[in-house]
Amino acid sequence: MTALQQTLLPRRRIVSASLTAGAILVGLHVLVALLSLVWLPHDPTGMTGGRLAPPSWEHWAGTDRLGRDFFTQIMIGSRIALTVGIGAVAIGAAIGVTLGTLAAFATRLLDDALAATLDILIAFPTLLIAMLVVAASDTASLGTAILALGIALSAIVARLTRILVKRVLLMDYITAAYTSGTPWYGVVIFHVLPNVWPTLSVNFALQFGLAVIAEASLSYLGLGAPPPNASWGRLLQEAQGTVYTAPIGAIAPGLALVSLVIGVNLLADGLRDIADPTRKGGR
Amino acid sequence: MRGNDPMGGARYVALPYPRTTHILAYLLRRLAILILSLFIAAVILFVLLRLLPGDPANALLGVGATEAQIAAARAQVGSDQPLVVQFLAFIGNLARFDLGQSFVSKAGVLAEIGNRMSVTAPLTLLGFVVAIAIALPLGIVAGVRGDRWYGAAISVVSQLGIAIPVFWLGILIVTIFAINLKLFPSGGFPLKGWANFGEAAVAMVLPVLTVALVIAASLLRYVRSATQDVIGSDSIRTARALGSSFPEALVRHGLRNGAVPVISILGIELATTFLGAVVVEKVYALPGLGSMLLLAIQQRDYPNVQGVLFISTLLVLLIGFAADLLQRLVDPRLRGRSST
Repeated sequence: MTALQQTLLPRRRIVSASLTAGAILVGLHVLVALLSLVWLPHDPTGMTGGRLAPPSWEHWAGTDRLGRDFFTQIMIGSRIALTVGIGAVAIGAAIGVTLGTLAAFATRLLDDALAATLDILIAFPTLLIAMLVVAASDTASLGTAILALGIALSAIVARLTRILVKRVLLMDYITAAYTSGTPWYGVVIFHVLPNVWPTLSVNFALQFGLAVIAEASLSYLGLGAPPPNASWGRLLQEAQGTVYTAPIGAIAPGLALVSLVIGVNLLADGLRDIADPTRKGGR
Repeated sequence: MRGNDPMGGARYVALPYPRTTHILAYLLRRLAILILSLFIAAVILFVLLRLLPGDPANALLGVGATEAQIAAARAQVGSDQPLVVQFLAFIGNLARFDLGQSFVSKAGVLAEIGNRMSVTAPLTLLGFVVAIAIALPLGIVAGVRGDRWYGAAISVVSQLGIAIPVFWLGILIVTIFAINLKLFPSGGFPLKGWANFGEAAVAMVLPVLTVALVIAASLLRYVRSATQDVIGSDSIRTARALGSSFPEALVRHGLRNGAVPVISILGIELATTFLGAVVVEKVYALPGLGSMLLLAIQQRDYPNVQGVLFISTLLVLLIGFAADLLQRLVDPRLRGRSST
C-alpha cells in the first residue's frame, strides 16, 4: 500500500460499536453499584410491601415472598457481582501472570512440570473447586467464594501467560535487549509484559464474566454468600419457587446478570480490536 | 490417505520409522501424563479435604458429643492417624476404586455413584449430541454467510448464549414449557428410574434442551471461527482454482482442516456439559451426581463428596485424553509432536 493510498483510506474507527455498547452496560452497573452504597429505594431487609407484590411505582420490580423490595436487592446484587468479578480476576491475574511468566523463563524440566500441572488444574472444573472450598470452610462467605474462583481462574491465566511470554521471548527485540545489557527483570517489565498485556487484558474481561456466572451458580446451589448479601444467584433460587405467582422475580435478576456479562464481553471484543489492529472489524 | 494427497505428503519430513510407532509412542506418553494427572488430582483432593477447617469426624457426631465419642469417631474415620498414613491409605483406596461408605446412609459410594450416573450420563451425552446437532450447521452457516443477516443473527444469539447462566435458562424454560404451556413436567424423575421408560424420557426433555442450548452457544463460536479460517485458507483457494465448486472444496478440503480445532474444543465442551448437567439437575430436581454432591456437601458426608469429585475429575481427564488422541488421528501433522 502506498503512502497516498493510506492517506486516502478512511481512518480505522478506534471506538467500535461493541466497545460503546459494552462500556455503557458496564458503566450502568458500576453506577448502580456505587449508588447502592449511599442510597437504596427501600430497606433491603425490611418488609416494605405486601408479599409477592407485582411491579408498581413504589416497588419497581415488585416484592419477594417476604415482602422485601426486589429492585433494592438487585441493586445490591450489582455491587456483589462487581466485587466478585474484580476480586476473582485480581487474584487470578496476580497468581496466574506470575506463575506463567516464571514457567516461560524456567528451565525445560521445570517448565514442562509447571505446564503439566496447569493442564491438570484446568481439568479440575472451576465450579467444582469453588464448591469444594466453600463446602470445606465452615463459614461460607463472599471472601471464600472470591478466593476459590480466583484460584480456579489463575490456572487458566497462567497457561495463557506462559504461551504468550514464550512467543514474545523468541522475538529479535528480546535478543537485542539482552545483547545491550538489559537484565532479565528489565526484559520482563519493559519488553515482555507490555507485549502480552493487550491479549491478557481481553482475557481478563472474559474471565470476569465467567467469575460472575460461577458465583451466581454457587449462590443458586445454596453455596454462596449467606442471606444479607443479595447475590443474583440466590435471588433467582428463591424466586424459582414462586415463579407462577411472581414471574418478575425469576426474570429481573437474570436480566441484570446477563446484561453485565454481555457488557463485559462486548468491552473485551472492543478492546481486542484496539489491541490487535491486524484483526479486521468483524468477528 | 497419502495417495489422495495432491502434494504426495511432501510437505512433511519423512519419518525414520513407521507411522504407527509414532502413534504408539504418543499413546504411551499421553497415558503416562494421564496417570500422573490423576495422582496430582488425588493430592489436590486430599489436601483440600483434609487441611481445610473442620474434622471429617464431625459429620458422624451430633451436637454436644463427649471427648470419648469424638476420639472414637476420629478413630473410625482415620483422622487421628498422621497425615502421611492417611494419605497413603487414601491413594491406595483410590487406586483400587474403593471409595468407601457414606457416613450418612452407609451405602457404598461407588454403587451410589453408579446409580446416580443413570441420570447424569444420559443427560450429559444427549445434551452434548443435541448441542453438536445445533452448533455444527448453524456455525458453518454463520462462518460462510457472516455477511448476510442470518449469519449475523446467529452470531448475536451465540453471544447471548454464552452470557446466560445455565440455571437461569433452565428456570426460563421451566416457566415457558412446564408452567405456562404445561407440555412437560417442571422437574422430578420417576422413582423406578429408567424401568419406567416413558415417564423418565419425558422428564429428560427439558433438562437435555437446557444443557444443549448453553453448550451449543459456545460451540457455535468455535465452529464459526474454524469455518472462517478454512474459507480463507490456501487449500480452498487452490481447490477452487483447480475447478472445484465452493461446496465441493469445502467438503473435500475444508472439513478435515476445520475439524482439528473443533475436536480439541469438543473435549472441553463435553466436560463443560457434564458440569452443566450437575447444575441443571438442581433446577429440575433430578436425582443425579450433582444432587448427590450437593446433598453430601450439606451433610458433610466426606466419603460421598470425595467420591463424586474423584470420579468427576477422572471423567474430565479421560475425556481430555480421548480428545487428544482423536486429534492426532485426524491431523497427521501433529502425530510426531509431544503434547506441550
